[in-house]
Amino acid sequence: MEKYSIEGTPKTPSINFDLNGGILEVKGRSIPENSIEFYKPLVDALDKYASAAKPATTVNVQLEYFNTSSSKCILDVFKKLEGINKGGSAVTINWHYEEDDEDMLEAGEDYQAIINVPFKMIMVNE
Amino acid sequence: MDVFDIYDKMERNNILLSFKGEITSDLLTSILQIMENKMDNMQEEPKMKKKVYNVLVECLQNLYHHLDEITEVDSEKIRSAIFTIGKVDNKYSIITGNYILNENINGLRARLDEVNSLNKEELKEYYKRILNNGEMSMKGGGGLGMIDIARKTGEKLDYNFLEIDNKVSFFTLNIKVSNQQN
Repeated sequence: MEKYSIEGTPKTPSINFDLNGGILEVKGRSIPENSIEFYKPLVDALDKYASAAKPATTVNVQLEYFNTSSSKCILDVFKKLEGINKGGSAVTINWHYEEDDEDMLEAGEDYQAIINVPFKMIMVNE
Repeated sequence: MDVFDIYDKMERNNILLSFKGEITSDLLTSILQIMENKMDNMQEEPKMKKKVYNVLVECLQNLYHHLDEITEVDSEKIRSAIFTIGKVDNKYSIITGNYILNENINGLRARLDEVNSLNKEELKEYYKRILNNGEMSMKGGGGLGMIDIARKTGEKLDYNFLEIDNKVSFFTLNIKVSNQQN
């Protein structure tokens, strides 16, 4: 598996995971009622990637909305990335938030406080 | 049933949208879409729009998940819930009502009171602790919804339990979303 991609829907984000390039992108909205089901394939793909991780891994997260059901799953994804970072691939998580969206910035900072991986907070103009 | 009376009450309370019935995933998708269009048409400022949308998602998904829990109980009406969304003086109100088993009241009340006892900083710490406690409810939320609503609105959770009979009560949650800095 070199790529794991799914398209976005009104309730779930698009995911583009290029395992060869070491780039993971999550974009859109994450507000499904059942987020465990949605995030499981991504967590599995990260497990696979962990065994042959690139020297550097870049993660771009650009969410417009996410619900609390997704928040634990996103933490699980970040914990996998923490393990990959520990295993020798330099992981960077770029957390995007829209100008004025203090709640989204704060959510990124919450993860930053929990996860031992470098975070970059990136402001996007609407 | 006096339909004008319902209309008049809704008009006077500036209700934008109201629903009573079974809460399904498809219904929530539609409701969120309608509210998003309404706020766009009202030219709501982006910051307020985001806050209302976020809080609405949590409130409505709370209803959705809790109706699941109550299926054991025989009565049909018990699977149904109500919510209204209104706007008065630049303040949105989201009110939800649903049946709850009496045996679950104490647990819920304790969680709500705990959230209400915390200030902004304490809520942030509490959120992070629950987020990172490794527990996952079947639905994935694991008790973060109410904390998130309190954090995003900056207000205490206003709730009530109305006892219906010895089995069930009616639980109402009255959430206000305003633009004030908190």
